[in-house]
Amino acid sequence: MDLLYDTLFNGLAIGSVLVLAALGLAVVFGLMGVINMAHGELMMLGAYTTFVVQNLFKDGPLEALFPVYILVAIPVAFVVSGLAGLLLEKTVIRRLYGRPLETLLATWGVSLILQQFVRSVSSAFAIGLVLAVVLGLLIPRLTPPRLWQQRWTPLLGVGSWIGSGAVGIGVASALGGVRVLDQPWFSARNIDVTAPQWLRGSIDLGALNMPTARLFIIALTAIALAAVIWFLQKSVWGVRIRAVTQNRSMSDCLGIPTETVDALTFLVGSGLAGVAGVAVTLLGSVGPNLGGNYIVDCFMVVVLGGVGKLVGTVVAALGIGVLSYIVGSGSLLLVWPAMPPALNELVTFFATTSMAKVLVFALIVVFLQFRPAGLFPQKGRFVEA
Amino acid sequence: MADPVLQLRALNVFYGESHILRDVDLTVNAGQMVCLIGRNGVGKTTLLKTVIGLLRQRSGQVQLAEQEVSALPPHGRARRGIGYVPQGREIIPQLTVRENLLLGLEALPGGLARNRHIDPVVFELFPVLETFLNRRGGDLSGGQQQQLAIARALLGKPRLLLLDEPTEGIQPSVVLDIERAVRRIIETTGISVLLVEQHLHFVRQADWYYAMQKGGVVASGPTADLSKEVVDRFLSV
Repeated sequence: MDLLYDTLFNGLAIGSVLVLAALGLAVVFGLMGVINMAHGELMMLGAYTTFVVQNLFKDGPLEALFPVYILVAIPVAFVVSGLAGLLLEKTVIRRLYGRPLETLLATWGVSLILQQFVRSVSSAFAIGLVLAVVLGLLIPRLTPPRLWQQRWTPLLGVGSWIGSGAVGIGVASALGGVRVLDQPWFSARNIDVTAPQWLRGSIDLGALNMPTARLFIIALTAIALAAVIWFLQKSVWGVRIRAVTQNRSMSDCLGIPTETVDALTFLVGSGLAGVAGVAVTLLGSVGPNLGGNYIVDCFMVVVLGGVGKLVGTVVAALGIGVLSYIVGSGSLLLVWPAMPPALNELVTFFATTSMAKVLVFALIVVFLQFRPAGLFPQKGRFVEA
Repeated sequence: MADPVLQLRALNVFYGESHILRDVDLTVNAGQMVCLIGRNGVGKTTLLKTVIGLLRQRSGQVQLAEQEVSALPPHGRARRGIGYVPQGREIIPQLTVRENLLLGLEALPGGLARNRHIDPVVFELFPVLETFLNRRGGDLSGGQQQQLAIARALLGKPRLLLLDEPTEGIQPSVVLDIERAVRRIIETTGISVLLVEQHLHFVRQADWYYAMQKGGVVASGPTADLSKEVVDRFLSV
């Protein structure tokens, strides 16, 4: 019995990370319909932000506050990943709304860029990049507006970004000669984030031993979920987001600034990916390829749950998490030792993390054959409206 | 003479290379109800979409209260005082009736962030909306959705209300309710209405008509002078 509780608790913790990771995607893909293949890399940025915040609190004037650095890392990771997502929306995705295949390819390209970014970023690189982005965004504002209302404006836009990029590369190259500025911030290797002491223990309830880090992840997921539900259901921007995602042109005609709504939705979805990145650092070391481990799972969660349904995202993520853990850890064999030999062979075959994932995804594919709209499909007359 | 609320000057609109609106001139004065008539496909809906900004003209001007608004996006025009009730209502389906009504307040200064009060006058005009405040917009009947769409547009206190076939596909009893409500809105608020309509009874309630053919305005005048010949020529589908 103890083993069963233990298995369920660990499955719940893994499912919680998946909820947190998929929550942002549920907002971006579920509500906006944007296939953002760089969502996993936004999680990775959140994880690296946690690493940086941890280092800031390790030595120096903030050392006394080290036990609470993780609480500081959560909002900082939200802001960093959110701003990265906002930049992605303003520079790439905004031009590709309604073109899912191009969006998929473009964001996949961005995901590769972000992976390489954390491998090679140095101060010189960062200064050049920021300069290029700021220039690219400012050029349209600092030049005569009539230039941006011509038939050849798209060419001008591409040209201004190429020019800004060239300036950024030039500045980065020049600064690269200074040794201090040329040191890479991270490396291609994985990084380890040290959890504060209070997250390294466990709570023993006799029948159940609960690691505090996993309890923290479950609590963080619950808080993030409550915040997202409140934001979407109760806040002014939430009503605007729901209106724009259901009927963009009519919302525009009612006075809602749709481009601002798009940007904010993307910022929130990306920020949530950053928070998920914080949670992932508590489970083990993280590296530039972190995002790739989660992106397929996240899409699977959103599709299985029912696109646009937050409750579906939660149920699907917890279901996948618990099932993957039960199958992958081989706990079934321990819970049911007298299992028939043939079944025992089968369970043993799937009792690894990767094979468990294969089995769970196969089950999802079969399930979607019978319910293509997922666990919680849209219902009622409004489906056609 | 009353001040013009809407002036269209030599408006030309294209869908790709198809020339849809050809040199359209049109004026709606303050407190006036103007009806656009014409057979299907002559460009009436295109004209309303151009006024609200969903379509951009290739040449010509759209002036609201003598201010050029051609460069503004739809939300900018809504905030300048254009209310739009499109063909097919376009209720936000998963939002409740209350939330749909609140969206109407976006056109007011400060938008929804500063305005959360739904003027009860819309419930006097359309009592059914108060009954169904917590029901999803997409679950209402066609007639109820039409009433919701008009109420939503009115809450933004527009100077000009664009109504695109508000009685299309609605049962006759509700058509009369909508006609009465529109008449009352004009009498009590003094806003101007630009209406696209096929029901002759409703058309005759307008002060002025413009008849369209092949994307251009081919006749106009007081609806009191609307002859049987004009009706037969432009109103029959």
